[in-house]
Amino acid sequence: MRLGKGGQIDRGQRISFRFDGHRYEGCVGDTLASALLANDIRLMGRSFKYHRPRGVLTAGSEEPNALVTLGQGAAQEPNLRATTLELHDGLEARSQNAWPSLDLDLLAVNDLAAPFLSAGFYYKTFMWPRAFWEKLYEPLIRRAAGLGALSGQANTDRYARAFAHCDLLVIGAGPAGLMAALTAAHAGADVILCDEDTRTGGRLNAETLSVGDQPGADWAAAVTADLAAMPNVRIMTRTTVTGAYDQGTYGALERASPAEAARPGAAKETFWNIVARRAVLAAGALERPIAFRNNDRPGVMMAGAVRAYINRWAVSPGQAVTVFGNNDNAHRTAADLLAAGVHVTALIDSRPEATTTLDIPFYKGAQVIEAHGRKRLEAVSIATTSGIDKLRTDCLAMSGGWNPTVHLTCHMNGRPTWNDTLASFTPTPGAIPGLVAAGACNGTMSTHGCLAEGARVAAQTLADLGLTAAEATIPAAEDTPYRITPLWTVPGKGRAWLDFQNDVTVKDVKQAALENFRSVEHMKRYTTQGMATDQGKNSNVAALAVLADATGRGIPETGTTTFRPPYAPVTIAAMGAGGQGAGFAPQRFTTSHRASLAAGAPMIEAGLWYRPSYFPKAGETTWRQACDREVMMVRNAVGICDVSTLGKIDIKGPGAGALLDFVYTNMFSTLPVGRVRYGLMLREDGHVMDDGTTARLGPDHYVMTTTTAAAGQVMRHLDFVHQALRPDLDVSFCSVTEHWAQFAVAGPQSRDLLNKLLDTPIDNESFPFMACGDVAVQGVAGRLFRISFSGEHAYEIAVPARYGESLFKLLVGLAETMGGGAYGLEALNVLRIEKGFITHAEIHGRTTAFDIGLEKMMSPKKDFIGKAAAARPGLVDPDREQLVGLKPVGAVKQLTAGAHLFDRDAPATRENDQGYVTSVGFSPTLESVLGLAFLKQGRSRQGEVIRMVDHLRQIETLCEVCNPVFLDPEGGRARG
Amino acid sequence: MRITCPICGERDRREFYYQGDAIALRRPDADDTPEEWDAYLHLRDNPAGVTRDLWYHETGCGAWLVVTRNTVTHEVLGTALASDHGTGAA
Amino acid sequence: MRFSGLRVLTEGLTGNRGWGPHWRDPAPKSDYDIIIIGGGGHGLSTAYYLAREHGLTNIAVLEKGYIGSGNIGRNTTIVRANYFLPGNSEFYSHSLKLWEGLEADLNYNVMHSQRGLINLFHSDGQRDAFARRGNAMINQGDDAVLLDRDGVRKHLPYLDFDNTRFPIYGGLLHPRGGTARHDAVAWGYARGADQRGVDLIQNCEVTGIDIENGVVKGVQTTRGAIRAKKVGIVVAGRSGQVAAMAGMRLPIESHVLQAFVTEGLKPVIDHVISFGMGHFYISQSDKGGLVFGGDLDFYASYASRGNLPMVEHVMEAGMTLMPMIGKAKVLRSWGGIMDMTPDGSPIIDKTPVDGLYLNCGWCYGGFKAVPGSGFSFAHLIATDTHHAPAARFRLDRFRTGRGLMDEEGTGSQHNLH
Repeated sequence: MRLGKGGQIDRGQRISFRFDGHRYEGCVGDTLASALLANDIRLMGRSFKYHRPRGVLTAGSEEPNALVTLGQGAAQEPNLRATTLELHDGLEARSQNAWPSLDLDLLAVNDLAAPFLSAGFYYKTFMWPRAFWEKLYEPLIRRAAGLGALSGQANTDRYARAFAHCDLLVIGAGPAGLMAALTAAHAGADVILCDEDTRTGGRLNAETLSVGDQPGADWAAAVTADLAAMPNVRIMTRTTVTGAYDQGTYGALERASPAEAARPGAAKETFWNIVARRAVLAAGALERPIAFRNNDRPGVMMAGAVRAYINRWAVSPGQAVTVFGNNDNAHRTAADLLAAGVHVTALIDSRPEATTTLDIPFYKGAQVIEAHGRKRLEAVSIATTSGIDKLRTDCLAMSGGWNPTVHLTCHMNGRPTWNDTLASFTPTPGAIPGLVAAGACNGTMSTHGCLAEGARVAAQTLADLGLTAAEATIPAAEDTPYRITPLWTVPGKGRAWLDFQNDVTVKDVKQAALENFRSVEHMKRYTTQGMATDQGKNSNVAALAVLADATGRGIPETGTTTFRPPYAPVTIAAMGAGGQGAGFAPQRFTTSHRASLAAGAPMIEAGLWYRPSYFPKAGETTWRQACDREVMMVRNAVGICDVSTLGKIDIKGPGAGALLDFVYTNMFSTLPVGRVRYGLMLREDGHVMDDGTTARLGPDHYVMTTTTAAAGQVMRHLDFVHQALRPDLDVSFCSVTEHWAQFAVAGPQSRDLLNKLLDTPIDNESFPFMACGDVAVQGVAGRLFRISFSGEHAYEIAVPARYGESLFKLLVGLAETMGGGAYGLEALNVLRIEKGFITHAEIHGRTTAFDIGLEKMMSPKKDFIGKAAAARPGLVDPDREQLVGLKPVGAVKQLTAGAHLFDRDAPATRENDQGYVTSVGFSPTLESVLGLAFLKQGRSRQGEVIRMVDHLRQIETLCEVCNPVFLDPEGGRARG
Repeated sequence: MRITCPICGERDRREFYYQGDAIALRRPDADDTPEEWDAYLHLRDNPAGVTRDLWYHETGCGAWLVVTRNTVTHEVLGTALASDHGTGAA
Repeated sequence: MRFSGLRVLTEGLTGNRGWGPHWRDPAPKSDYDIIIIGGGGHGLSTAYYLAREHGLTNIAVLEKGYIGSGNIGRNTTIVRANYFLPGNSEFYSHSLKLWEGLEADLNYNVMHSQRGLINLFHSDGQRDAFARRGNAMINQGDDAVLLDRDGVRKHLPYLDFDNTRFPIYGGLLHPRGGTARHDAVAWGYARGADQRGVDLIQNCEVTGIDIENGVVKGVQTTRGAIRAKKVGIVVAGRSGQVAAMAGMRLPIESHVLQAFVTEGLKPVIDHVISFGMGHFYISQSDKGGLVFGGDLDFYASYASRGNLPMVEHVMEAGMTLMPMIGKAKVLRSWGGIMDMTPDGSPIIDKTPVDGLYLNCGWCYGGFKAVPGSGFSFAHLIATDTHHAPAARFRLDRFRTGRGLMDEEGTGSQHNLH
């Protein structure tokens, strides 16, 4: 029911919205919850387990009951709190976890079966017959569980991530936070002030308290305006600080206002990393319920929330409101209701010594023992000193006291400290380095206390940073003491709720204790207490108290469960913003990318790079046709392939040779200038890390090639070996992968082709196999390496990347006039398999030099990385799997990578496993499928016929073990 | 998490690659015993408390750092260049 | 007390007053045949199988906190047998078979659900590696199906097949893979061990291991000295500290692995899914929360909490792979302390001390191993011989280089897994 006056809403601006299809009106400034209450809608949700009808309990992000779904299709968003949803025109909210409707939910039958669904019941049943778990029981449970639903459609909204740095982060913009921010801002500190609400002020917006000579909310607005005018202050409303991380890093979620979110291209939410030198936690406190029979009925609400609805949104949650509490704070609720003209049925204070000056029915030393009504509260029963009374009421405002919002202080494993006077946990100082708590979250419960503490704490914190704050003037404000006598549960029959959403009752906690789930963590996990969307914000302390009582311990002794980030739930889309689609990882393109695309080449991922798979020609219908043609082109004429993705590391300095000798198994200091050598690099664990060629361009100048995949790892490794192990060597490294475009020119006509481009032609004498040197390519300074990954007479030519595209086009154009052309990864792979050259399919991290037949490359004359570990008996065991070639010899001609190898007649079991196939390709040169494989004792088994078994693809092939170098084992072609 | 690179200043953890225990600086000689190599390569004190480990300022200056750090609190107590430690100095 | 549907009904009708403790809380005796240090999943299952398989019941499990407070209380609940290297293959295969009979065996519903696990691959090279794995699984007698892109689409239509950074080439389906309710596994084993006479001693921290002339004699604890003929160390996350009490250094570094759960949602993900090009795997719990995780934070840590860079990386991977989960809200994040070995595979072995046994190094894969690990460790402790499926989990494999089990191929070297 909307009150006739007051509130921070704009009555002039009516907003039309829908809830479960019905049309309602609200005002600018409303939340969905306040607008529904204004329309006298009480039933807003259903509980998780028993599907109990539920109304709104709170007025904040901790709301456990009033969860709704917004949007349709990809925009559908479940589990939004009606209490924080800003009302906007056209908002359409739907209730969730109810079928067929919120009003008539068939699964409410669970409530009738509650005796059989007590804590942990599912651990004791559904075990027979075994097959029924996956087929029957579990699907039923899963369907009944869950709250709202995802749409199943890909996200189409924009989310963002951002970073910010400041001297002081103030978390919470209530009285303490505002004073802290003001003090710090005046001292010249860079301040970020965050609050999860749409406006600053905190509880001042919900109370009728004054600060100085103005209403609290007005004071907050004035201070906020002052702060906003200062260049060193950033005010972030709608921003929840979600987690405290190391070295002053905080996570924060900023939500766009409905107006901002509607702007095209705007981010719906932004997840911030805020790095703060210091932080003040001024997050306030959360009020806690009291457990009594059926205390979950719609209309039973937190007293502080009732005041918020009355004072901020000018809504009365009921026509006849009863107030029930165990602390002085509850009395303020009755006073505010009266002031707003709402009928107050009674004020019930569980403390026998309580007094009031209010002119309303007052019961001291009394307790509400039961709520009546089902879908809305109709009456409460109260136990007074003189017996049991029943009061007709449609709203109960309850206050079991306040829990300081200590959550962030626990994110680094800190435990809060029990405070007997407040009957609450308060932050343990120092729990988060650089963070200090102030105000209600620190157990300071009066407005004046909060204002003063905010200013004081900020000044102290700034002193740490070498900034001096002027003495702050603390405005006058309410400074009444907070008096409370704990009342966690009201004794009596029936079920009394602790965790509203998860339907955990006092009985459940007691039953857990009875079953010896006495540790607080056991109780939580057994009953699911505190595991709902509010993560126990409303219920944990009371549940602890019940457990403490049931186990005969005190609350501090019983301990707490751990609060972990995020403080309030955060969408995956916000924290993962930027990752969707191609944004997940950088895309690296070679200089020939456009030309390859233009030639119709399918581009495939090679790590972060894209490389052409093959270059189709007219008339070719399969990739194999193109691949075969490209292979034959290289074998018979000339082919061009962009190899720029291979890592290139420029190495300079007088120590270069010595360092290379240390990182490679073989020698490089002896390599003559103008020559290239193949090198093998081990990890310190003795297994192969990478291979590649390194060229010596000058006495103190080498350029190393790595595989595409290992480029980063090798760079890191070189830096490590140099800086950590051999800092005495004068050498430096620079990754130049992107600086040079490099192309393989391979085939018998490769030199003829190059000589059409090079300013100075080469011949076999001036440029023999494994030679390298500077060349000029039509006036452009480049480098030429006579190396071959195809086994053919081949070169790699490198030019500065800016010339890459033109050189590629030029090379391919010339090649095509000579019966050649561009070739892609598929052909490259076949060419290297024919030659038995290895890639990371073979050097997959578990192979040794011994396994690939390169043990002779391990120089006995020097130390090198991996030498000692490679000598371990297990790494040179003759029984190890060794690299071999495979050729099919039976009726089945297929080989498949990933298939395993067996003796010809042995069953295909693990015990008989002899090895596996690593690479397979069809060789048009040899007109056969060829495979590379690792086979136990393989080198001594050449000529043997073994069986390849691929269970997955149901292929069994008899194959002959052969030399992995299928083509030109003498290597004459490359030298030609 | 933030680490102060002696060359670049305080930077986010994202800029660094982590390697592990600074024992890696004390590489045995090639002819040391298999037990010494086993201890170097595999065995670890793995302290729950202050440790020294190696980080690489990979997307920064390329310096390898020895970071003194608490594995329980994640407090960073100090950083130095690995090259200043040298072989055997750690 | 035997659990059953009938029992739940009768208790429900009589006010649920008849339930008793799932396990006792006995005071420690001064002497046991066997002490198991560590009341996590592996320690509890070890005690259970010592009792069930070997008839040994004069056993104490010493737990410094509460039963199940280690990694069994904070993991992503995945159960699978999809390893390919000898040693791992037979062990996880055996463990999965134990899982398949676990509820009947324990009379406890651990909600083991064989929902099917799909490992996605995103290149030809990855397909070949997964084919090798799948074939090894079938060689071992387990199940695997190689799916092409359309096959994946049939199972997981909500993945991004069109715009994702690394296209989905296919997946390896392990139909018997799935999940289980992690806490229930600890409780079921605890109850089973307790029923067979094992003393579960909570809040009892071991502070020293008594060794005389190379023979273990017992332990010192915060609740006094306890003698024992044999002692098993099963304390993932604290292995180094406890082994140090026996003068040992281990090939282990402790790392933090984070995981996440969202608010409850109606059923949307039926399988366990893992992404091949980033660190991301996901399933949906029976309560409706999406449970997912990624890779280590990559720094040695005992803090059981992590930092934002890995959090954000995991979320990004989720968004590129299955952008339909974007509007699910992360409710809670947590971190576990992982015993990382150089090759990423575990250790179940004797130690140089007579009567002292070691079970550690489960890296980030310990949950699915709980039954097999307990079974094999019990076998080792009871018989002083290695149980065949775990016979390769030797402590000295790093020194000798024999039988390294580096499934990821990143090296049998620290910090590479």
